[in-house]
Amino acid sequence: MRNSLIILGCLLAGILGGISGLTPSVLLHPNAAVYVLDVLLLLVGIEVGANPRVWEVLKDQNARILLVPLSAALGTLLGVALCASVIPGVGIKEALAVGSGFGYYSLASVLIAEIGGKSLGVVALLANMGRELATLVTAPLLARHFGRLAPIASGGATAMDTTLPIITRTVGAEYAVMAVVSGAVLTLLAPVLITALLH
Amino acid sequence: MQVLLFLAIGILAGYLVRSKRGLLAAASRATTWSLYILIFLLGVSVGANEAVVRALGKLGVQALILCAGAVGGSVLVSCLVSRVFFRAASNAK
Repeated sequence: MRNSLIILGCLLAGILGGISGLTPSVLLHPNAAVYVLDVLLLLVGIEVGANPRVWEVLKDQNARILLVPLSAALGTLLGVALCASVIPGVGIKEALAVGSGFGYYSLASVLIAEIGGKSLGVVALLANMGRELATLVTAPLLARHFGRLAPIASGGATAMDTTLPIITRTVGAEYAVMAVVSGAVLTLLAPVLITALLH
Repeated sequence: MQVLLFLAIGILAGYLVRSKRGLLAAASRATTWSLYILIFLLGVSVGANEAVVRALGKLGVQALILCAGAVGGSVLVSCLVSRVFFRAASNAK
């Protein structure tokens, strides 16, 4: 939560700096963000690769667990595709790319801004941040009415970190591994789907 | 597509250094800071673009609708899947 506020603060500071024209123009150079983005993806990979639970699952015989992230991904894409048909000015590809952030707003927004344009990047940031927020707030409600997988699915990629505490508190610690696995799969799927959709 | 190469290299590197706690903590801090920088840069390029600034309200509404679709869709499909494949997982009452 605190992290989301800092991220929003960074965005606002940047917007104000950009409007006022006080920020040095070198920051607007298109390559500036690309280099940092490469470093970021490298770092995200390191964190996933170093997570022992990710590798445990690969050795695990029970592949059924992969149904959880797959159903979360499928549901997300169906949901945003449906939305795209009612929002003027948002194409289905763009909507699918935003949805493919799976709540991983930081990565999704910068990646989408880079290859899909600034406006879509802002939409991706807000929509995916909203997803994390919605999960934090409604997890108990979702679990009660839609089953124990619902908060894990709603959390998307964040089920492995920021929304993990509320998920385990709501549906029980025995679902922690499932949440981490689902989050990790969606974390990896997000950049792959986004680049595939917008390229 | 280049970013995915970096992601793959990172996963391999992360696996190799998985027991080096100090290094991983440093990587985690670096992740946080590169995120802050990137989001700030996104803000700057948004702010410098008058057309985008004027559309901020509209973009917010679009984001809200897409967010609702993403949460709603994922919850409904996972609910279906849990009824079919994870009998114990449904019925959390």
